[in-house]
Amino acid sequence: MSTERRVVVTGLGATTPLGGTITETWDAILAGTPGARPLPQEWVEQYDLPVTFAASIHTSPEEVLAKVECRRMDPSAQYAMVASREAWSDAGTPEVDPERFMVAIGSGMGGVTTLLTQWDNLREKGVRRVFPLTVPMIMPNSSSGNVSLALGARAGAHTSVSACASGAEAMGFAVDQIRAGRADIVIAGGTEAAIHPLPFAGFAQMQALSTRNDDPGAASRPYDTGRDGFVMGEGAAVIVLESEEHAKARGARIYAELAPAGMSSDAHHITAPEPEGAGASRAMREAVQLAGLTPQDIVHINAHATSTPVGDVAEANAIRRAFGDATDGMCVSGTKSMTGHLLGAAGALEALFTILSVHHRIAPATINIENLDPEIHLDVVRGEHRTLPDGDIAALNNSFGFGGHNVALAVKSV
Amino acid sequence: MAQSEQEILAGLAEIVNEETGLDPETVQSDKAFTDDLDIDSLSMMTIVVNAEEKFGVRIPDDEVKNLRTVGDAVSFIQSNQS
Repeated sequence: MSTERRVVVTGLGATTPLGGTITETWDAILAGTPGARPLPQEWVEQYDLPVTFAASIHTSPEEVLAKVECRRMDPSAQYAMVASREAWSDAGTPEVDPERFMVAIGSGMGGVTTLLTQWDNLREKGVRRVFPLTVPMIMPNSSSGNVSLALGARAGAHTSVSACASGAEAMGFAVDQIRAGRADIVIAGGTEAAIHPLPFAGFAQMQALSTRNDDPGAASRPYDTGRDGFVMGEGAAVIVLESEEHAKARGARIYAELAPAGMSSDAHHITAPEPEGAGASRAMREAVQLAGLTPQDIVHINAHATSTPVGDVAEANAIRRAFGDATDGMCVSGTKSMTGHLLGAAGALEALFTILSVHHRIAPATINIENLDPEIHLDVVRGEHRTLPDGDIAALNNSFGFGGHNVALAVKSV
Repeated sequence: MAQSEQEILAGLAEIVNEETGLDPETVQSDKAFTDDLDIDSLSMMTIVVNAEEKFGVRIPDDEVKNLRTVGDAVSFIQSNQS
């Protein structure tokens, strides 16, 4: 990096399976609330899907946004808009030069729901019934474009697409932009709205989803011996990132510092993690190094931990491979046990949790662990949340995506 | 069955409100879609298609550019209803 500008977090926003705001969501996390529920949609029965539940959005954007906004945006962009407005207001609605104000919001699948419903319209009703805004609603950059428009950000609107690492990658991209001097303030995060029968069926067909239909709340169980796949979630999570200089000049409340992301790619398999965790561990080590830290400084990891049999072990191996014995000083939380897997928004939401963990010095408990998998050699927080130490601390957030994408974000206390 | 001008205007105002959020009261016969109501071409397409469905008429794409005001649309719909 050419500059030493520090990047800080000054605003948070989210709409998730646990709440319509980040505050509601965080309270639910600390209370150990599972977000998965049976799906009420008729298509579950219609297509005889093998999975009948998901961690659906808690608060419909239709309760928050204007009716016209909902008509013109796919649910993925609606979620991004709700989260971005919350984050922007949480940051104090900063006065900012529009040409120094940027947006970076990632998504795994963009407007997949609109794509498929408009295809249904074309086949069933003909071309006249295809909504004229179909294209701007299905494009993956729809969220960053709409948010830049709503908030007047003119320094750029960017979209990271790296499956379940998209949201974290967008935040890493944003940090780089501020450090490179291209922006003073960036709204960064991720969004996903893929609870539609087709992506749902696709994940089910690859045997990636938990089939614990009789007990949805217990289905997402990272690190437990009985885990059998992830629980599909949806929502968006967004932060306001700012150069420390800019934040201090306007007297902003600062939650934490976000260091440049550690990133790598496995070049191993399109979906399976590299079992030794070489790529993931490189991303984690790079994140710690770029933050100017040593592994001993990291007290907490919010793990990717999706609750798949293979993935959780591969990540645990990668953590130990990255940090060796220093791993023993890091308590690990798997918050997907409560939120489900928000795909392209997952890394962003878990970055928010990591920021709040550092800010409030609390590591959330992982729920649903009845029998800790003996292959997991980590200090997993369970039962009750854990208090993190006083003084200077740092925490890591891991996100991995199909395609072999690995992103690690280091959050430092201020 | 043809509808009265008032019925068509009210129905059209409802469609415009649905698409743009504009108060139906502002959708009056003398108002121009673009200049007065600030309706862009994409929204106009949606309004046209919804009007076709609601009033059982066909509004060809070539005709849309002639529908400058709300009143133009009401007249077109009324004269083309069977």
